[in-house]
Amino acid sequence: MKEYIDTGKKDTRSGFGAGLAELGRTNPKVVALTADLKDSLKMGDFANENPERFFECGIAEANMIGMAAGLAIEGYIPFAGTFANFATARVYDQIRQSVCYSKTNVKIAASHAGITLGEDGATHQTLEDLGMMRMLPNMVVLSPCDYNQTKAATIAAAEYDGPVYLRFGRPSVPNFTPADQKFEIGKAIQLEEGKDVTILATGHLVWEAIQAAAELEKKGVSVDLFNITTIKPLDEKAILASAAKTGKVVCAEEHFIAGGLGEAVSGLLARNNPVPMRFVAINDTFGQSGKPAQLMQAYGLDAAHIVEAALSF
Amino acid sequence: MSTQYTLPQIASQVRRDIVRMVTKAASGHPGGSMSSTDIMTWLFFKEMNVTPETWKRSGENLDMFFLSAGHMTPVLYSVMARRGYFPVDELNTFRLFGTRLQGHPCIEKGLPGINQAAGSLGQGLSVAAGAAAGKKIAGDRNFVFCLVGDGESEEGQVWEAALIAAHHKLDNLIAITDWNGQQIDGNTDSVAGLGDLEAKWKAFGWDVIKADGHDFASIEQAFAAAKAAAGNGKPKMLLMKTEMGHGVDFMAGTHKWHGKNPSPEQCEEAMKQLEETMGDF
Repeated sequence: MKEYIDTGKKDTRSGFGAGLAELGRTNPKVVALTADLKDSLKMGDFANENPERFFECGIAEANMIGMAAGLAIEGYIPFAGTFANFATARVYDQIRQSVCYSKTNVKIAASHAGITLGEDGATHQTLEDLGMMRMLPNMVVLSPCDYNQTKAATIAAAEYDGPVYLRFGRPSVPNFTPADQKFEIGKAIQLEEGKDVTILATGHLVWEAIQAAAELEKKGVSVDLFNITTIKPLDEKAILASAAKTGKVVCAEEHFIAGGLGEAVSGLLARNNPVPMRFVAINDTFGQSGKPAQLMQAYGLDAAHIVEAALSF
Repeated sequence: MSTQYTLPQIASQVRRDIVRMVTKAASGHPGGSMSSTDIMTWLFFKEMNVTPETWKRSGENLDMFFLSAGHMTPVLYSVMARRGYFPVDELNTFRLFGTRLQGHPCIEKGLPGINQAAGSLGQGLSVAAGAAAGKKIAGDRNFVFCLVGDGESEEGQVWEAALIAAHHKLDNLIAITDWNGQQIDGNTDSVAGLGDLEAKWKAFGWDVIKADGHDFASIEQAFAAAKAAAGNGKPKMLLMKTEMGHGVDFMAGTHKWHGKNPSPEQCEEAMKQLEETMGDF
């Protein structure tokens, strides 16, 4: 296996903040809005450097999405940032009509996604956002895995003309992808080439999948490992080729089984080349308060569970 | 521009179009369309700094219009066609399969003059506020207009927009309430009493101007007053008293014509009460 070096744990939300700040300096069309979560989403640098292009919208998310759509119509590139739950479930109809159906160039910046939000508990632990967002026509769904990749994804989202859902998280996690990477929307990143089993991981589960692949290698199992950075559009070609090669697919994500990466892949395979699959994801239950790592372990989202899934065929 | 016609003549033809469109489609929303006909006629033929030739979705250096109460497509499509945004004949296709004149306005079909989808209520004022904010950044001194229904104002998002538009001092935003007092289930007071709308909008930090939405002189004064106060840091709400189904006696003043089409016989009866001025589609 290749060597993956953690250059120091960082939160992916800070990657978003850094990307947004860079966009503020390089693209005068980029504007940002938040619903009373500027600091939680690390939008402070952009707000301080571009006060005329930053809109505090208060705890009123529905209006924020509408204003973002209005700014997009005027030719701006708005990033509307809040926690993933309030960026999706709370404003689903607004995103559906004012963003996707209206084809407005709005970027939904969704932080604190998944169970690793931690102590706040189930009210805030969004585990259905990928499903809701990928059901919407015209929506692109991005799920980067670490600080550097989230920064790159933020810049790529601005360069793409159309609605984007950008998912990231709260905890500090290993930062191991290149600082100078160019994020390619719709392209899966192959981390390892193997022949025995395919592992497709997204978001915080990518690092766990790398640890799992190393463990599996010791057991004599070679893993075809991908970082699925874009949930929609899926990199169908890469996934189908890998499934054809290994005949076994494990999907790993910090999301419900329902609607997530795994179900997206299962649909793709069912339509083209059905192979056995395993789902490392949360099965139809809400989360609870706890430390991020503790919750990942308790809900079966860590390297050990990926190894177990890969060996269970 | 159809300058050979007076505003009442245009409005009469628009109301004929509305009744004939929903009759032909056997569906649609005539009531609010007919209550807002005079307001919409004024906006498209007199008020707004935008023409079929200059219109573009971005609204750059132009006035912009957002219909928040998206079900009022009959009046929107009629005034747009009569103003020259698309052929009047196309009104024949309203709500039919494949039409650009969808039941509620959309972007996908590419109808000129439409800059946002609407239909799920309560969203348009937020979008208009965003557009107004965009004009502020760009230094574009044109206005953003938005038509809201009074029943629609029961949606919480309308009041989120009210709060935040005032907070950001969007004094280039001119909203109009089509205050016809009716909604699907009955009159607004019986369904979900809106109370003192004037006091509510004032309390949210808006300039409020009341007008008679069926009197062109009153409508003109209201818009003039709103524009005269541009620069005072307050968004404007024009509360325009109207009558649902205005112009046809058996349709007027009742919620029953909110979303119901007349029968062919009723349509014929209505045509006797609305003068054909510009030629039917």
